[in-house]
Amino acid sequence: MKITKFSALIAASALGLSLTACGSDPTSGTKSASDTITVGSAAFPENEIIAEIYAQALEAKGVKVTKKLNIGAREAYIPALTAGEIDLIPEYTGNLMSYFDKTATATTAADVETVLTSKVPAGLEVLDPAKAEDKDSLNVTAEFASKNNLKTIADLKGVSNLRLAANPEFKERPFGIPGLEKIYGVTGITFVPISDNGGAATLKALLDNKVQVADIYSTTPSILENKLVTLEDPQSMFSAQNVIPLISKKKASTKVQDILNKISAALTTADLLDLNSKNQGKDKVAPATLARDWLISKGLI
Amino acid sequence: MSVVSETIDWLTDSAHWSGDDAIPLRLVEHVGYTVLTVAIAAVIAIPLGLWIGHTGRFRGVAVVLTGALRALPTLGVLTLIVLSRGIGLTPPVVALVILALPPLLAGAYSGLEAVDRLTIDAARAIGMTEFQILGKVEVPLALPLIVGGIRSATLQVVATATVAAYVGLGGLGRYLIDGIALRDYPKMLAGSVLVIVVALVLDAVFAALQKIAVGGRASLNQATRS
Repeated sequence: MKITKFSALIAASALGLSLTACGSDPTSGTKSASDTITVGSAAFPENEIIAEIYAQALEAKGVKVTKKLNIGAREAYIPALTAGEIDLIPEYTGNLMSYFDKTATATTAADVETVLTSKVPAGLEVLDPAKAEDKDSLNVTAEFASKNNLKTIADLKGVSNLRLAANPEFKERPFGIPGLEKIYGVTGITFVPISDNGGAATLKALLDNKVQVADIYSTTPSILENKLVTLEDPQSMFSAQNVIPLISKKKASTKVQDILNKISAALTTADLLDLNSKNQGKDKVAPATLARDWLISKGLI
Repeated sequence: MSVVSETIDWLTDSAHWSGDDAIPLRLVEHVGYTVLTVAIAAVIAIPLGLWIGHTGRFRGVAVVLTGALRALPTLGVLTLIVLSRGIGLTPPVVALVILALPPLLAGAYSGLEAVDRLTIDAARAIGMTEFQILGKVEVPLALPLIVGGIRSATLQVVATATVAAYVGLGGLGRYLIDGIALRDYPKMLAGSVLVIVVALVLDAVFAALQKIAVGGRASLNQATRS
């Protein structure tokens, strides 16, 4: 096949276009128009799905919406929010509270919400939190749970030679090894730091019985797929991480608040698990499609 | 400036010199991974490199293969092995051995290639067997480059052995990876400084060894001349 000048030109300009598309930094954009809500999201699939849910619900009720999804981490998108480049983003109560106040110690859902509401900077506000939570959770295999009769984290007290895998910070954070000792009296654990946020390597270590307990985020599909048992946390060692809309005050009209609060009222942790499973499973359903299906199934659009 | 002084404080804090996360322990672990890795890689690569260099066979394949091995990102290889074999010592050691093979192999075969063909022909002419040529002529003459290969491999491994901490092992990488997780910059910087110190010390050792190897070759030349 001969490459003609014309087709080479087409290819080059297509490449050029796609490169320019990559080059546009979502955080350096202009302010969103006063009658439009710009919905942002953090750079991970679950957050993107929730952002899509917000955006499509608002759109369906006649609110003008633009989307700037996948904006890195909190350090990037909160400044974008205060600068008015985005107006709305799905957040998690515990982490957002710690972001606004590093010394905050609240852990129960109600306490975290109260502290968070008082710490949100001027110009921004949080609406109603959802029941849905995505937070650290300690998981064991079903076999290990039944053998040792485990239901809550406190039940680990009776098990000897425990090895626990989590991200390295778990060793020193109040919700980590120190919390296990102080809150639940679980001591003598060998800590195995694996830096993959409870991902595939952590899961493999757990399934191979190289470790017996693994810290995996509560909405990770692998928990369901491998029938892992999530140990209950009755003393709220892990701070609550309910999904909550963080919005610019100027854009939070009664109508918008009403729409978003209805979503929060309907969204559960099981929903998040289901959405993540469909997104990361073999079908790789796109966030926009998942959001639409979820909104329809809950009768919200 | 403050991070620098905090790092010095961190390094001189007596609490960091004892216990299960002590600097001496991490140093020993780190050097241990390095020695184990380079030893395994040397057992594989040096005989292979000598054979390639001596026979001149498969040189093209060796060049392409080691070039390709160099392009493999160690962290990616590590993750891949962990997913099939689980955590433990094997995955980081295998990933690091892959990193150490190319310089060792290159040092061995290029060392032999650099030996003057006339010298080898002369050795053959006086009735030396192929093994004698390899052992008594080629290897001694190639020794500086072979040691150079080991030096280069050791340096790369010592700098990269920090990845072991990514999958739950120790070594100086623990300070880097735990430091990142806790945003503890003095700890990270202290870990980096320690890695640099170990690398420089090992490099100095190999520089000395290489000098001895060159010296040995000079005396060999002298011996053959007199």
